[in-house]
Amino acid sequence: MISQEVVDLSRLQFALTALYHFLFVPLTLGMTFLLAIMESVYVMTGKQVYKDMVQFWGKLFMINFALGVTTGLTMEFQFGTNWAYYSHYVGDVFGAPLAIEGLMAFFLESTFVGLFVFGWDRLSKVQHLVVTWLMALGTNFSALWILIANGWMQNPVGAEFSYETMRMEMVDFGAVLFNPVAQVKFVHTVAAGYVTGSMFVLGISAWYLLKKRDMGFAKRSFAIAAGFGMASILSVILLGDESGYEAGEVQKMKLAAIEAEWHTEPPPAGFNIIATPDQEKGENSYALKVPYVLGLIATRSLSEPVTGINDLVAQNEERIRRGMQAYGLFQKLRQGTASDADKQAFDTLKQDLGYGLLLKQYTEQVVDATEEQIKLAAKATVPHVASLFWAFRIMVAAGFTMLIVFALSFYFTAKRSAWNKPWLLRLAVFSIPLPWIAVETGWFVAEFGRQPWAIGEVLPTFLGTSTLSAVDLWGSIFGFVALYSILLIIEMYLMFKFARLGPSSLHTGRYYFEKLAGGGHTAHAYAQKLNDRV
Amino acid sequence: MLLDYESLKFVWWVLVGVLFIGFALTDGFDMGVGALLRIVGKTDDERRVAINTIAPHWDGNQVWLILAAGAIFAAWPITFGAAFSSFYWAMVLTLFSLFFRPVGFDYRSKLANPAWRNMWDWGLVLAGVVPPLVIGVAFGNLLLGVPFAFDDYMRLTSRGSLFALFHPFALVAGLVSLLMFMMQGATYLMLRTDEAVYQRAQKMAGLTALGVIVTFALAGIWLWLGIKGYVITEMPPKDALPNPINKVVTSMEGAWLANYHSYPYALAAPILGFVGALGVWLMARVGRAGLAFLFSSFSLIGIILTAGVSLFPFVMPSSLNPNHSLTVWDSASSHLTLNIMLWAALVFVPLIVLYTLWCYRMLWGKITLHFIRSNDHTAY
Repeated sequence: MISQEVVDLSRLQFALTALYHFLFVPLTLGMTFLLAIMESVYVMTGKQVYKDMVQFWGKLFMINFALGVTTGLTMEFQFGTNWAYYSHYVGDVFGAPLAIEGLMAFFLESTFVGLFVFGWDRLSKVQHLVVTWLMALGTNFSALWILIANGWMQNPVGAEFSYETMRMEMVDFGAVLFNPVAQVKFVHTVAAGYVTGSMFVLGISAWYLLKKRDMGFAKRSFAIAAGFGMASILSVILLGDESGYEAGEVQKMKLAAIEAEWHTEPPPAGFNIIATPDQEKGENSYALKVPYVLGLIATRSLSEPVTGINDLVAQNEERIRRGMQAYGLFQKLRQGTASDADKQAFDTLKQDLGYGLLLKQYTEQVVDATEEQIKLAAKATVPHVASLFWAFRIMVAAGFTMLIVFALSFYFTAKRSAWNKPWLLRLAVFSIPLPWIAVETGWFVAEFGRQPWAIGEVLPTFLGTSTLSAVDLWGSIFGFVALYSILLIIEMYLMFKFARLGPSSLHTGRYYFEKLAGGGHTAHAYAQKLNDRV
Repeated sequence: MLLDYESLKFVWWVLVGVLFIGFALTDGFDMGVGALLRIVGKTDDERRVAINTIAPHWDGNQVWLILAAGAIFAAWPITFGAAFSSFYWAMVLTLFSLFFRPVGFDYRSKLANPAWRNMWDWGLVLAGVVPPLVIGVAFGNLLLGVPFAFDDYMRLTSRGSLFALFHPFALVAGLVSLLMFMMQGATYLMLRTDEAVYQRAQKMAGLTALGVIVTFALAGIWLWLGIKGYVITEMPPKDALPNPINKVVTSMEGAWLANYHSYPYALAAPILGFVGALGVWLMARVGRAGLAFLFSSFSLIGIILTAGVSLFPFVMPSSLNPNHSLTVWDSASSHLTLNIMLWAALVFVPLIVLYTLWCYRMLWGKITLHFIRSNDHTAY
C-alpha cells in the first residue's frame, strides 16, 4: 500500500515548488518580448533613450530570470526524484516534449541571454536586436513545449496503454502536439506572461511619473507597456473563455467543480456568481445565479446541457466498475493466462483501466473492491469544489481589473494625458501584484482541478509517487522552503533597490540621481538617502 | 522509421553519452571555475576576472545537463525514475547546490559589500564542487550496483540511503569526476585570463591533471581486482518490447572488463582518459593554453566513455535483484518515441552547436583586470 502521508507530502512539495517557479516565469515571458519591442524601436529610431530602456528593464529582467532558472531545474528533477512511477508510466509520451523543449527552446534562450547581457559592445545594432528576439522566441517556445506536456496531463490524446511494457506509449505524436487543450493553454499562459511583464513595466514607470523623475524615460516605457498590455489582456480573456469551452468538452468534472454545478440543469445552465459549496452533501447551501451564462460559455449553445457533478459521479461509478473488469483482464494478460477473447475484451475496456486504478487506494487487488469502496472511489473523483470555485473567481476578478487598468492607461496614453493623472498612475502602481495573483490562482485551478488524476482518467495521482519515506519528504520540503524563502527575500531586495534607483543605475550620467548628485559614483548613496525618506 | 528498434536503442545509448560529454566539456569548465574560484582569485577583482570568463556562457552550458536529464526521461523513462529516486538525497543536495549558480553569478557584483560578495563566492564554490562530486559518486554506485527492485507493476523499491552511497570506491569515482571538472576549468581559465589568475590556473591545471591520472588509475585497478560486475546470461531478443524483469543476470569478478576483452579497440577510451590528462600536464608546463584545453577535453571524453563502455549494456545494475537491472535493451522508450526524438536531435543538436560557437566567437578574448575595472557596473 502506498502511504497517504508520502502522497500528500509529494503533492505539497510539487505544488510549492511549481507555484514558486511560476512567480518568475511569467515575468520572463513578458519581459523578453517587451525588451525585444523596445530594442526594435531603438534600432528603427536610433534614439538613445530606447537603448537605455532595454538596458534598465533588462537589468530588472535578469534579477528575475536568475530565480526562474534556479527554480526551473527543480521541476525537471522532481519528476524523477518524487514521481518515479509517473516517470515510468507516462515518460514515453510526457518525456518527449520535455526533451524537445531543451533541444529547441531552452538552449536558444539560455545561450542568447548571455549575448543579450554581455554583447552590447561586441555586436552590431542589428545583430544584438536579433539576439534579443531569439531570446524572446526561446522563452516562448519553451512555454509551448511545457504546455504541450502539461496539456497532455489534462487531456491524454495520442497514446495507448501497453500491458507488455506496463505503461502508456505514444501512438500519434501529431495528436500530442496539436492537442486542443495544449494549444489553448499555451496562448492563454504566454499571454498571461505578457500581461505580467506589461503590468510590471507600467506600474514601475507610473511610480517614476508620480515622483516626477526621468519623465521621458518613464513616459515611453509606460506607453509601450500600456499598448502591449492592452493587446495581451484581451488575448488572455478571450483564450480563457476558449479554455472554458475546451474544459466543457474534455474536462467536464473540472468545469462543473469550478462552477459548483452539482446537478445537471435544463440547458442553458446558469452561472453561480457566489456560492457556498458543501462537498459532503453535494450541493450549494447558498448560490447567487445568473441564468444562461454557464451554458453559453461551456457549450456555446442554448440547447446542450452542462453535466453536473453528481451526475458525473454516477457516470464515474460505472467507469470504475468497467475499470475493475479491465484490471482483472490486465492481470491475466500480465500472468500470460489470457485467452484471445480476454485480449479483445481488454482492448474494449482499457480506456477505463485508470478508473480501476483509483481503487488501489482502498484495496491492492482492485478486483475484490466492495460496493462501499466503489462508491468512495467514485466520490473521490470530485476535486475540492469550494477552493476551485473561489480560486477561479479571484483569477477572473484580477483579470477584469487589469483589463480596466490597461484600457484606461491605453486610452489616456493615446490622449497624451496619462502622466498628468495621479489617480491613474497610483492605480497602475497598486495593480502590480494583480498578474501574480491571477497566474497563481489560475495554475491552482488548472492542476488542483485535475485531481484525483495525475494524467486525466489514466493515472491517479497517488499512484505516481516514488517509494520514499515521509522523513525524506519532510527533509526536502524543509530545504526547499528555507532556501526558496531566503532567495526570494534577496531577489525582492534587489528588485526594489534597482527599481527605486531607476535608470540612474545604468551610470550613464543622464538620469535623475546622477544629475542630482552631480557625478556617477555618489548616485547610489544619494538615491539611498532619498529613498529612506520615501 | 529511420532505424530498426534494436539499432535505435543502441543509438540512444550513444546519444545520452554525447549529451553527458557535452555537459562535461562545457558546464564542466563552469563548475571547474566555480570550484577553483577562491584558489585562482585572491582579490575581488581577480575573482571577477574568473567569473566573467564564464558569465555569458554558463547558462547555455547548463542546458546540456538539463537536456541529459530530459533525454534520460524521454529515452529511458524507467531509468529516470529509478535513478533519481534511488539517489534521492544526492539529487536533492545537487539541486540545492545548483541553486547558488544563477543567483551567484547575477547578484554577486550588484552590491559592493565584501561580505555579500564573499557569501556568493562560497555559493559558487559549493555549486562547482557538489554536482561533479555527486555525479561521480553516482557513477561509482552504478558500477557497484544499486539496491533496487521492481514489483510486477514496475513499482520500484529501493534500499538505498544517502550514506550508503559513500562507498570508498564511489568516493574515488567522485574524486575522478571532481578533478576532471577542475582540470577543465583550469585549462579554460588559462585560455581566457592573463597575469596572476593565469599563473594560478596553470599551476592548478598541472596539479589536477596529475590528480586525474592517479585517481582514474586507482579506480581502474579497483574495478579490475575488487569489484564484481554483472553479466546477462539469458535475455529476450534485443528488439523485444522492453521489460526489465524478464532476464537472468549474475554478478561476477572482473565482469566490468569483459567488454574490453570482446572489443579490444574499446581500450581506446581509458587510454584517451590517461593520455589526455598527461597532455594537460605537459601543455600546462609549457604554457600552451589551447592545447591544454583540448587535451583536457579529450581526457573527459575518454573517462566518460570508459564508464559507459564498462557498464554496457547495463545502464543501472541492481544489487538487490540483479535480474531487475536496467539495460539499454529493456529500459528504453517505444520505437516511435525513440524515432521522433532522434529526428529532433538530428535537427537541433547541429544548430545548437553552431549558434553556441557563434556566441563564443563574438565574446572571445582574454578577460583582464583592466576589463573588470573599466566595466565595473556591467560585468558580473
